[in-house]
Amino acid sequence: MWDFQWTLQILPDLLGALGTTVQITFLSYLIALVLGLLIAIARRTPFFGAVLHAATEFIRTTPLVIQLVFVFLLTPAHITPMTVGVVVLGVHYAAYTAEVYRSGIEGVAKGQWEAARALSLPARRTWGAIVLPQAIRKVIPALGNYLIATFKDTPLLIAIGVAELLTEAQRIGSASFRVVEVYTVVGFLFLLVSIPSAILLRRLERRYAAV
Amino acid sequence: MDFLIQRLPLYIDGAWITIQLTFGGCALAFVLAMVFGIMGTIRHWLPRAISTVYVEVFRGIAALVLMFWMAFALPQLSGFRLDDMFAAILALGLNVGAYGAEVVRSSINAVPKAQVEATVALNLSWFQRTRLVVLPQAWAQMLPTFGNLVIELMKATAVVYLIGVADLTAVAQNMRESTGETVVAFIGAFILYYLIAQVLIFGMRMLERRANRKLGRTPPRGKSLKSLAQSTPVGSAGGTF
Amino acid sequence: MPPSDTPVNAESPGVEGQSLIVFDDVVKRFGDLTVLDDLNFSVAPGERVTLIGPSGSGKTTILRLLMTLEKITEGVIWVGGEPFSHMRRGQGLVRASEGYMRERRKRIGMVFQQFNLFPNMSVRQNITEAPVHVLGTPKDEANARAKELLDLVGLGEKIDAHPTQLSGGQQQRVAIARALAMQPEILLLDEVTSALDPELVAGVLDVLREVAETTDITMLCVTHEMGFARDVSHRVLMFDQGQIAEEGPPEQIFGDPKEDRTKSFLRSVLDNGF
Repeated sequence: MWDFQWTLQILPDLLGALGTTVQITFLSYLIALVLGLLIAIARRTPFFGAVLHAATEFIRTTPLVIQLVFVFLLTPAHITPMTVGVVVLGVHYAAYTAEVYRSGIEGVAKGQWEAARALSLPARRTWGAIVLPQAIRKVIPALGNYLIATFKDTPLLIAIGVAELLTEAQRIGSASFRVVEVYTVVGFLFLLVSIPSAILLRRLERRYAAV
Repeated sequence: MDFLIQRLPLYIDGAWITIQLTFGGCALAFVLAMVFGIMGTIRHWLPRAISTVYVEVFRGIAALVLMFWMAFALPQLSGFRLDDMFAAILALGLNVGAYGAEVVRSSINAVPKAQVEATVALNLSWFQRTRLVVLPQAWAQMLPTFGNLVIELMKATAVVYLIGVADLTAVAQNMRESTGETVVAFIGAFILYYLIAQVLIFGMRMLERRANRKLGRTPPRGKSLKSLAQSTPVGSAGGTF
Repeated sequence: MPPSDTPVNAESPGVEGQSLIVFDDVVKRFGDLTVLDDLNFSVAPGERVTLIGPSGSGKTTILRLLMTLEKITEGVIWVGGEPFSHMRRGQGLVRASEGYMRERRKRIGMVFQQFNLFPNMSVRQNITEAPVHVLGTPKDEANARAKELLDLVGLGEKIDAHPTQLSGGQQQRVAIARALAMQPEILLLDEVTSALDPELVAGVLDVLREVAETTDITMLCVTHEMGFARDVSHRVLMFDQGQIAEEGPPEQIFGDPKEDRTKSFLRSVLDNGF
């Protein structure tokens, strides 16, 4: 039933695709980290903030896969599916990380803002040296969660034909008509990445909870 | 706009599939979350180990990979082909149930130890304690996160078109292919997804409010509307009567 | 293997029919901290015993051991002539199983410092839930009994209220009614007034005085209310560092303490306005 020879044969291709998947994950996550922070800060402005709030709310309540397909269909042909995938995944998760940053920023004691005001610090220093360092430290475990979540959403990129793990598995499967090994190995590869990440994250949580 | 109004019945059909998937997935996820979550709080190592394995495995594998496995690998392995809808519900339920089990476990563990001690003093059995005291109190704690999971599950249903289920996303795709109107075809689906999410969020808020009222965290019924509007948490404030 | 896991002498040390509760060489440690150090004492049926002493002297631990909320480290506790912390196996004793403890603690009730009412239930349910589910009392009967008990504690009209709508003192009176609903032979009172605002203490103590006068429930009471201890108890045990420093009738302990430790403890309690 289970063909080990065949499993070994497809493993290199799948591992290669796993590499691509990890790359996509990190690039998207980088976008999510930076863009999310910018959104969280910009959301404190009166009008633009409300617009951003509505936009992130919309992104968070509609499916990622339809966002991917929609944006992909509207982008010019010379932009690769990979680029579209990374950007959409990154923006989608920025809508989540923005909420995380926001809770961190709101968690900074009011006295800290007042102390900064009392010292007549400019806004840039208040944010950069006082508010953000405290806020971000507190939300590091929550942000870590979204790295794992981003990884687990990379298979959706199959919808726009990016050569990530599941796409590759489907390609191998449809070329050979033997899918049991392929999809099972993909499942195991997912566990291989996500279980150690979950353990690492738990350590991270303990470390930052202790502070 | 005419475009959408003319084709509304098709969108409604797709949305109905999405709603069925959401409710089916939530029902399965809820049962699994309760069973494995409660098992995760039992002192004996065996149920705890089973719970951990379930949570780590089904949280670790992406729902879409699970869905592909059930839709494509399972028939080849067993010769038995699941209905696509059913495979989708199974994959979504197993995946979200694993997240839910963690929520159930931690909410039960967050019930104050003193409450459990009071049940010992009244000689309630483990089963009675869990059913009468622990779960009703943990329930209020679970609901906000359950609310998020319900939305996540609803969103995750959108991948089912990849295994051939005609949900809302599939309708948008078909519409685009048959008319070439990408923007309009997709906006219809986006709006419906957004509306479904808002209804789900509203429903979960109502459940949350009811659960908190049961724990006496907001004024109970029978008070005037005015005092309800002020709605200060009663908490430990004493001597109000 | 800790010594208490090996079979120990299964002869009841209490004189048959005279002691309801016997602590036989009881040791309780939390890690390196010894809370009860080779403790021996017994309580007669119907006796009301007050445990006093500085915090950390092990008083509360005694109640928690009797409620099976803590596990004994060494020694044996006997209740009603039968082993309580342990159970008979062959000629010896082994640690009590959960099922055995459940059977044996049926007639022991406890009132906690923080009341511990169930916030997901009304006052009525708090009182009727255990009789209905544990004792199998019919619902009507349990309801009628709940009403009687609430009348006893002066809260008859609060039967359908929610615990959070009650003051601390009222909550504690409901907790007393809840414990009494299980018809305990032994009632454990763990600093039941310590969490209350001063003006609410008297109401709770009055209820307990009433219970003491009208029933023959054996009571073990940890308290800082020296006036109450004097009025209600037959005997006072002064604890210090996990051992009984002095014991005697309340008139003697409060009027003419022999031990320096008792004297200084009583002085400090009175100075602090208890």
